[in-house]
Amino acid sequence: MPEIRVTPLGAGQDVGRSCILVSIGGKNVMLDCGMHMGFNDDRRFPDFSYITRNGRLTDFLDCVIISHFHLDHCGALPYFSEMVGYDGPIYMTHPTQAICPILLEDYRKIAVDKKGEANFFTSQMIKDCMKKVVAVHLHQTVQVDDELEIKAYYAGHVLGAAMFQIKVGSESVVYTGDYNMTPDRHLGAAWIDKCRPNLLITESTYATTIRDSKRCRERDFLKKVHEAVERGGKVLIPVFALGRAQELCILLETFWERMNLKAPIYFSTGLTEKANHYYKLFITWTNQKIRKTFVQRNMFEFKHIKAFDRAFADNPGPMVVFATPGMLHAGQSLQIFRKWAGNEKNMVIMPGYCVQGTVGHKILSGQRKLEMEGRQVLEVKMQVEYMSFSAHADAKGIMQLVGQAEPESVLLVHGEAKKMEFLKQKIEQEFRVSCYMPANGETVTLPTSPSIPVGISLGLLKREMAQGLLPDAKKPRLLHGTLIMKDSNFRLVSSEQALKELGLAEHQLRFTCRVHLHDPRKEQETAVRVYSHLKSVLKEHCVQHLPDGSVTVESILIQAAAHSEDPGTKVLLVSWTYQDEELGSHLTSLLKKGLPQAAS
Amino acid sequence: MAAHLKKRVYEEFTKVVQQQQEEIATKKLRLTKPSKSAALHIDLCKATSPADALQYLLQFARKPVEAESVEGVVRILLEHYYKENDPSVRLKIASLLGLLSKTAGFSPDCIMDDAINILQNEKSHQVLAQLLDTLLAIGTKLPENQAIQMRLVDVACKHLTDTSHGVRNKCLQLLGNLGSLEKSVTKDGEGLAVRDVQKIIGDYFSDQDPRVRTAAIKAMLQLHERGLKLHQTIYNQACKLLSDDYEQVRSAAVQLIWVVSQLYPESIVPIPSSNEEIRLVDDAFGKICHMVSDGSWVVRVQAAKLLGSMEQVSSHFLEQTLDKKLMSDLRRKRTAHERAKELYSSGEFSSGRKWGDDAPKEEIDTGAVNLIESGACGAFVHGLEDEMYEVRIAAVEALCMLAQSSPSFAEKCLDFLVDMFNDEIEEVRLQSIHTMRKISNNITLREDQLDTVLAVLEDSSRDIREALHELLCCTNVSTKEGIHLALVELLKNLTKYPTDRDSIWKCLKFLGSRHPTLVLPLVPELLSTHPFFDTAEPDMDDPAYIAVLVLIFNAAKTCPTMPALFSDHTFRHYAYLRDSLSHLVPALRLPGRKLVSSAVSANITPHEDPSHQFLQQSLERVYSLQHLDPQGTQELLELTIRDLQRLGELQSELAGVADFSATYLRCQLLLIKALQEKLWNVAAPLYLKQSDLASAAAKQIMEETYKMEFMYSGVENKQVVIIHHMRLQAKALQLIVTARTTRGVDPLFGMCEKFLQEVDFFQRCFIADLPHLQDSFVDKLLDLMPRLMTSKPVEVVKIVQTMLRQSTFLHLPLPEQIHKASATIIEPAGESDNPLRFTSGLVVALDVDATLEHVQDPQSIVKVQVLYPDGQAQMIHPKPADFRNPGPGRHRLITQVYLSHTAWTEPCQVEVRLLLAYNSNSRIPKSPWIEGGEVSSQVETSIEGTIPFSKSVKVYIMPKPARR
Repeated sequence: MPEIRVTPLGAGQDVGRSCILVSIGGKNVMLDCGMHMGFNDDRRFPDFSYITRNGRLTDFLDCVIISHFHLDHCGALPYFSEMVGYDGPIYMTHPTQAICPILLEDYRKIAVDKKGEANFFTSQMIKDCMKKVVAVHLHQTVQVDDELEIKAYYAGHVLGAAMFQIKVGSESVVYTGDYNMTPDRHLGAAWIDKCRPNLLITESTYATTIRDSKRCRERDFLKKVHEAVERGGKVLIPVFALGRAQELCILLETFWERMNLKAPIYFSTGLTEKANHYYKLFITWTNQKIRKTFVQRNMFEFKHIKAFDRAFADNPGPMVVFATPGMLHAGQSLQIFRKWAGNEKNMVIMPGYCVQGTVGHKILSGQRKLEMEGRQVLEVKMQVEYMSFSAHADAKGIMQLVGQAEPESVLLVHGEAKKMEFLKQKIEQEFRVSCYMPANGETVTLPTSPSIPVGISLGLLKREMAQGLLPDAKKPRLLHGTLIMKDSNFRLVSSEQALKELGLAEHQLRFTCRVHLHDPRKEQETAVRVYSHLKSVLKEHCVQHLPDGSVTVESILIQAAAHSEDPGTKVLLVSWTYQDEELGSHLTSLLKKGLPQAAS
Repeated sequence: MAAHLKKRVYEEFTKVVQQQQEEIATKKLRLTKPSKSAALHIDLCKATSPADALQYLLQFARKPVEAESVEGVVRILLEHYYKENDPSVRLKIASLLGLLSKTAGFSPDCIMDDAINILQNEKSHQVLAQLLDTLLAIGTKLPENQAIQMRLVDVACKHLTDTSHGVRNKCLQLLGNLGSLEKSVTKDGEGLAVRDVQKIIGDYFSDQDPRVRTAAIKAMLQLHERGLKLHQTIYNQACKLLSDDYEQVRSAAVQLIWVVSQLYPESIVPIPSSNEEIRLVDDAFGKICHMVSDGSWVVRVQAAKLLGSMEQVSSHFLEQTLDKKLMSDLRRKRTAHERAKELYSSGEFSSGRKWGDDAPKEEIDTGAVNLIESGACGAFVHGLEDEMYEVRIAAVEALCMLAQSSPSFAEKCLDFLVDMFNDEIEEVRLQSIHTMRKISNNITLREDQLDTVLAVLEDSSRDIREALHELLCCTNVSTKEGIHLALVELLKNLTKYPTDRDSIWKCLKFLGSRHPTLVLPLVPELLSTHPFFDTAEPDMDDPAYIAVLVLIFNAAKTCPTMPALFSDHTFRHYAYLRDSLSHLVPALRLPGRKLVSSAVSANITPHEDPSHQFLQQSLERVYSLQHLDPQGTQELLELTIRDLQRLGELQSELAGVADFSATYLRCQLLLIKALQEKLWNVAAPLYLKQSDLASAAAKQIMEETYKMEFMYSGVENKQVVIIHHMRLQAKALQLIVTARTTRGVDPLFGMCEKFLQEVDFFQRCFIADLPHLQDSFVDKLLDLMPRLMTSKPVEVVKIVQTMLRQSTFLHLPLPEQIHKASATIIEPAGESDNPLRFTSGLVVALDVDATLEHVQDPQSIVKVQVLYPDGQAQMIHPKPADFRNPGPGRHRLITQVYLSHTAWTEPCQVEVRLLLAYNSNSRIPKSPWIEGGEVSSQVETSIEGTIPFSKSVKVYIMPKPARR
């Protein structure tokens, strides 16, 4: 029995270090290769020993697919390919290929240079790893080998994020990665065609949330920034360098343009500048508005947003500053925050979630006096706002995608177990498909019934087509032919041709059947009664009464004879060839029911 | 194309005239006919290869064929068709047959048999499809012939089982276009059973080819369009197609479902997997709503558009479309809209400053949450958030239409519309503002909503701001804070964009007059009066101050207690503004001041009846009194014209009619005066100079008639006839005058002929209206036409003259709605003393901003004229994008005019004005032959010209010589 096996090495009932093994049609594919931000020990990378205990990675895996550049989806890649050792192809989209190494390098710097970790991958390893990458375009079908093919679909979420369809023969799996079903200011919505995969592996970060419209959030955000700037305050927006930051930039940029505002907007330099460059290049991956207007002006060439310099923080007058990192736990954003916290005209807007213990979390939970290092107490007078901008599909979006793809079964990853439970129940209830949510290391086995292609000769097909009058896609149709299995391919040919090909002579096969009828009349009369009965019942067939007293229906012969022992019983001899089996058996069952009494 | 059509029209006309005069011309025509088909025949015989033949056919197809020779050509084509082996040539012949059968004046029933005949022997699928197309063309040309239709339907049914999708497509198209409407059509003797076309087409809803499925649905829609009532059973079939794999099928299916839901809105359908039943229109609404989240944006647009026109849907279904239950971690959460509303009603004043503000509240029963609602839930929420702006616009439009028919829905959709004001695409923002304006009768804005609306006032796009001003003109605001907020924001807008001045004042005028009671408590603050102290008198020229005053005065109109709060200078300012900005400041009943009675009485008795009666009566009077002595008639006409003009000034709603009739009377008056001239009684050569008056009159009448024809909107054919008749009379006058004043016969010859052509042309164009013109000039003229044709010019002139003098005065029937086109140039204002300086030879851009009233299709006819002091005139055609359409019958032209000139020594004024361009050909019926050809040059009878319809504005400019 063919089957699809799925084993999450990470992201099974969990968020972080996405890594899913899929075996389909004898091929093994690894989906994503991420790190976990919650751990700093071995647990931060997926447990590749699960694979390596059976030999080398390259021997086992046919390919690796990376859905997008977030570190929880690609962070373990250099470790996996260079340190554990994998030489096969790695597939990702062009923007991911471009931006991924920047983030990996940044991650490495923090781990090695700041935290002083040893035994970590090096810059050279990142470079070597990226050499193994094969970039794919959207909707491009890539043949990994003769049987395995993959295809990328647009996923929203971040620049270059993609969903992948993995297909072997007629079996297929779709892996969504992270995706977003509502468009935002710089990216469009995820889209997939009705590809009807055997299995859909979807993320479920917001399995239990239905979100409010994006517009309200945007409007609130803009209004708050606008008000603060109008009264002459400074606005600090701590962000992570990639993803949301670009969305907010576009949002502010267009708003500034629309409203003719003059206050400067700054973006802290470094990582972001490089990334912005790629955003400018990959215009085709952005949303409708940006795609349509880039000829006049590339939206990512910001007019109002300039690079930030440390000295600007003390400039008088209103300004807006985007600074990293997003949780105010260190770096530039914290420095600026300390400078501005004392003035009630100023404002800080937290656009995302903050981990407990960070300054961001403290001020969000309403703390107004912060203890900084060196026993200083910082009094926070500035306004603190929270604004959630997240690019994952909510419960409705997930359901929408499932509805679009029409899979045979669904598998949930990248979410919390409790929330998955709810979504699983909903999916099973509304789509009536099976739904799985394996934990890490747990294997789901999915039996499939792949269709086997059979070739049919055109002549036979046309001949059979000509018999039926009306096309009806839904009704099965009976077709006579011979199935020839030769060299592992199947062909359906007409029996004559089969005989010819195999060099066989044709044998006639005839069925005969005796039906006992209780009828005291003469044989001829019985025959006439049978004739009239059949004539009335089988209107579509040619029923004839031959002069020798027998009745024929098409090529089926019926003869009536008196029973040798019981003269009150007549024996009907029905005889038909193998080709007429259908009609013949129908006829006998008809005759067995007896003749209608009306005639007597 | 149009020019080509015109040419053809004239060609034929001229030929007809010649036919009457000389016999040879007709022969010429006949000679050309056989040669056309013969040439084709020879060409086709010459063709050695299929490629050659194809070339000949292609060449042949470029030229039109006359109706009379079509049949011959068809025969030759058919003959060749039978011989031809190459399918591509047969294909071209088949397509040519279809094209030829469309020729006007040719009845294609004679070629139908052949077409069907060749259809039966044809093997190539492509040719088959093309032949079916030809049959379709034939069938549509003969809509009355039931037998042929039946036969064609039969043919189509026979080929429906073809293996090629193209053939099946065409068959279905044929069925859709020709399928018999009534099942009870008398059966033919041949025993052709009347087929149930709907059933046959319905069977193909499940064809294996998506293109055929689409064609089947389209055919069904076509049946509906032709008036056949579709069966309700189709509904279920169509619903199944909604989950088709192909977008074009889904898109067509959505349309079909909409059609059925409009046909059977009230019938009941069961809900699958439950015992409940609902109305069909509700079910269809739910299904179409579901399609708003379809995978293909084409389908989404289609679905969103159709939602708007489903007005019979029940209100609770309607309101579901805006419903989206939010939850977070399985707990119910309120939407931002709900929170805003609650904040508003509780009177609290913080807005989401805390992190936990939107914290989820109660737990949700997991079983009760339905993630994919099987209904309308949240359709608009999705549609408005869609990725493609086309979908968003469609959704906004649909919202608008539904909200117009349901006030409660209007109230509910307000939050969503307000949100759309922040869309990233300007078009969407504009559309939602317009939508809001359209439904403004049904809604009252809350303060928080108003806040969002007003924030858009700072938008840098002028269109958006003006649309918003229009919106504010007709919104209801609920609180006095709201009014204050609006005023403050508008003033902010005014300082930021001073060019918006007029629009803002107008906006405040309506805002004031709509909310007098809300303005009242604000007055002391707005005027900054103090109970004890006199405050400084504000600057009267400050636009912001004027804006405040406009608001207050308009509110005071219906609030008599308000003037008591005014300080002295306010009264003075009132008097000043009442004079200078009378359209913005209403007459007020001020204490101690006498009211200007006329203004109020005009308002009190807006009853239009007496004035309308007066208009009617004065016109009646003129029309009945035509046999008075000339002197009396003239006086009466003069009097009536004066009356009408005055009436037009007084009663703006009658201005169009009054002006129109006055112009007509003036023409008549001119004609009478001209005919009264002494010159007619005296020998011709003596009166060279005096004839000036008559020819001037003729010229003026011509001008006036063009004005009448093209400057008024709503002119019907009845009036056009009269106008043209008047113009013909003017031409006759011109002819007579020239005949009298010129010596020699030669020039006269041409003129006479031209005039007779005009008459002929008149007859041709208005043949249907001739019976109404009993006893008129043209009527008599046409009676004598045969004689005129043969007479010498001198005699013609004589006859024309007597008839002109005898002709009666035609009654001008008044159209229902008639408006005079007018334009006012707002910008440039023409007051500036500072000349616009620029280097000569280079260009300077002048912003022109004008409002146009009652101009149809301004994009093509409105021009800007610039007159330089040296008499040089320049005509500028504004871009179509420069015209905006802020309301029915109103247009706005915002454009830039580029001026340039050689150097002047002194600054000088150039005049800018707007012109209406007209083309006398626009009303001529067009001939239907289709193929394109060479474009002819101007035909002499078409007259193009321009009518100025705005006051000219003077702009001071100064081209300086370039410095080297």
